[in-house]
Amino acid sequence: MYRYDQLDQAFVEERVAEFRDQTRRHLAGELPEEEFRPLRLRNGLYLQRHAPMLRIAIPYGLLSSAQLRKLADIARRYDRGFGHFTTRQNLQLNWPTLADVPDILAELATVQMHAIQTSGNCVRNVTADHLAGIAPDEVDDPRPYCEIVRQWATLHPEFTYLPRKFKIAISGSPEDRAATEVHDIGLHLRRDATGTVGFAVRVGGGLGRAPVIGSLIREWLPLAELLGYLEAILRVYNREGRRDNIHKARIKVLVRSLGAERFREAVEAEWLAGRAHVPRLTPAEVERMRAFFRPQPYEALADLDVTAGREARFAAWYRYNTRPHRMSGYRAVFVSLKAHGTNPGDATSAQMEAIAALAERVSFGLVRVTHSQNLLLADVAQRELHALWHELERHGLAMPNIGTLTDLIACPGLDFCSLANAGTLGVARDIQRRFDDLDYLYDLGNIEIKMSGCMNACGHHHVGHIGILGVDKHGEEWYQISLGGSANGFTALAEVIGPSVPRHEVAATIARLVEVYRRLRTEEERFIDTVRRVGLGPFREAAYALHPQAA
Amino acid sequence: MRFILRQREIVADEWTYLGEVLAADAPLIVSLAELRAEPRWRARPGRLGVRIPPTARVEELLEELPRLELIAVEFPSPGDGRGYSQGRLLRERCRFRGELRAVGAGVKQDQVFLLSRCGFDAIELAPGEDLEAARRALSRYSVAYQPGAAGVALAAQRFPTT
Repeated sequence: MYRYDQLDQAFVEERVAEFRDQTRRHLAGELPEEEFRPLRLRNGLYLQRHAPMLRIAIPYGLLSSAQLRKLADIARRYDRGFGHFTTRQNLQLNWPTLADVPDILAELATVQMHAIQTSGNCVRNVTADHLAGIAPDEVDDPRPYCEIVRQWATLHPEFTYLPRKFKIAISGSPEDRAATEVHDIGLHLRRDATGTVGFAVRVGGGLGRAPVIGSLIREWLPLAELLGYLEAILRVYNREGRRDNIHKARIKVLVRSLGAERFREAVEAEWLAGRAHVPRLTPAEVERMRAFFRPQPYEALADLDVTAGREARFAAWYRYNTRPHRMSGYRAVFVSLKAHGTNPGDATSAQMEAIAALAERVSFGLVRVTHSQNLLLADVAQRELHALWHELERHGLAMPNIGTLTDLIACPGLDFCSLANAGTLGVARDIQRRFDDLDYLYDLGNIEIKMSGCMNACGHHHVGHIGILGVDKHGEEWYQISLGGSANGFTALAEVIGPSVPRHEVAATIARLVEVYRRLRTEEERFIDTVRRVGLGPFREAAYALHPQAA
Repeated sequence: MRFILRQREIVADEWTYLGEVLAADAPLIVSLAELRAEPRWRARPGRLGVRIPPTARVEELLEELPRLELIAVEFPSPGDGRGYSQGRLLRERCRFRGELRAVGAGVKQDQVFLLSRCGFDAIELAPGEDLEAARRALSRYSVAYQPGAAGVALAAQRFPTT
């Protein structure tokens, strides 16, 4: 993984000193809240429902064991002993106090971490495929380019006060596991006939109030031009993006209002005009970055029949919670943060420490955060799997449900977030209770439920096979249900099936929807395939057949 | 008397805005709208500067540049970042060599490091702001990832320009 050099270390330490001074001025009454707010947001600090929320950056989701231990330690000493992993591969603490935050950031800096630009109207954490570097279908490892973009975007002198937040994702595989098509900029690695690496560039994707799939504005961007082209896009956006209405300030609105073709022309013109002054990506710098992400020193191992003679529960775990690795004899292992009865994406300090120790033992001391709010041990020799499973079981981290209906994504909702309309975590528990039979879950196969507590769509409900959106109706929680979304390879936006349903009906409605699937599916069809084939009609009928109280 | 930061030092501002008490040939800053509406500003003896709003397209100032010794870029609030692009474009694309000044309610000590990196060599703080604190804030960071204005001395910088 990337290791800080003197520049990086000096930068994070100077950043901590700056924020310590800003916090001091704020607490002394010298810096009013409206001026402190954009500064604290750019250091990951929100003021939330119960307490501040601190969002710590985990660049492209990659952590060392030492870093995970530090997160566990911080969560225990400054918070309530747990943290929440997010869809954008970050970690949120929900109960720090404002006066402690400079100390927390100083502690993060000792393990080469920070909370810079995890919020605010600036370039956010750059995200990537959680299987980067090990996926059998990968064109190139996206992480060196993510790190380059992270550094370029960090305290960018021109682009730190954009019209609105700005999210960049990079995928290195044909199957897009980084949801690049619903990001402000989605970069997709490609190789030309000579084997040279470049990017396809999409702009203006996003979820939120008006979900839209990004427009392809460049089929091929040479690697050396990456930063110059990003600057051109950001400059057009910084100058032309709307600042009069927060709901129309994302780049997707600009792309839509200009039209993708005119937007592309503006970017290309800016790019050509500005080339003499853009940061240059030298081959030496690219090589330096790539060297941090070389393949691990794998042993030469043969694939094993891992489950032969083992417990059925282990076999299920192996089937659902592990993934193929490009090296024979290895698997990638999901650490499920979706045990029934827990909040999706939450891990306790004790769990984080256990995972850090396991990573050291069996996965080269590295842990990844996935977009689906789980963790991943990416490089586990197959002979270690059975013992690893036992250890994960012991810590409540082996729920064999990855990719199934209860591996659902949910934002923290009303329990923590001041924007939310709805208690997503309670609904998640309802769903876990209703679908507690693993055999039934396995029969249903791959179903992605994504749930957001408000229109801001942090839970990505627009791209769930089943999307759930909390809405407020006269002070009551209701839930709008949509079907047919996807962010994996074939990006599609889900369609609302009809009127919203009350909280106590959500799990039951989902149960009726999946029963329709069971009735109509063909042998090989996943839930999403059946929805695409038969349309919403039969689902809609069944969803509302039994509860006239929906309104 | 107004004090500003110029080239990292606190100095008295010899420039006058239109509407302030004005000697006949005192250095004068007029708004872009005034400059375009009234040819007499260009004909007037003495140094001339223009104050531009965030919406101004700086490429359209090219013809005026030879007559201008100062461009004051307006930052109406700390969150309005359009002026950073205007600053860089004036320096890099329009090759403006006169004084580039950040002005307005959005110019505070927490913005000055970025401003100076975008080519602003003069900082006129929002009323009531601490000029000495802003001067110190110019040196908050000793390192940066991106290339930037030559006036900011850094111990290390990552990506060079082409």
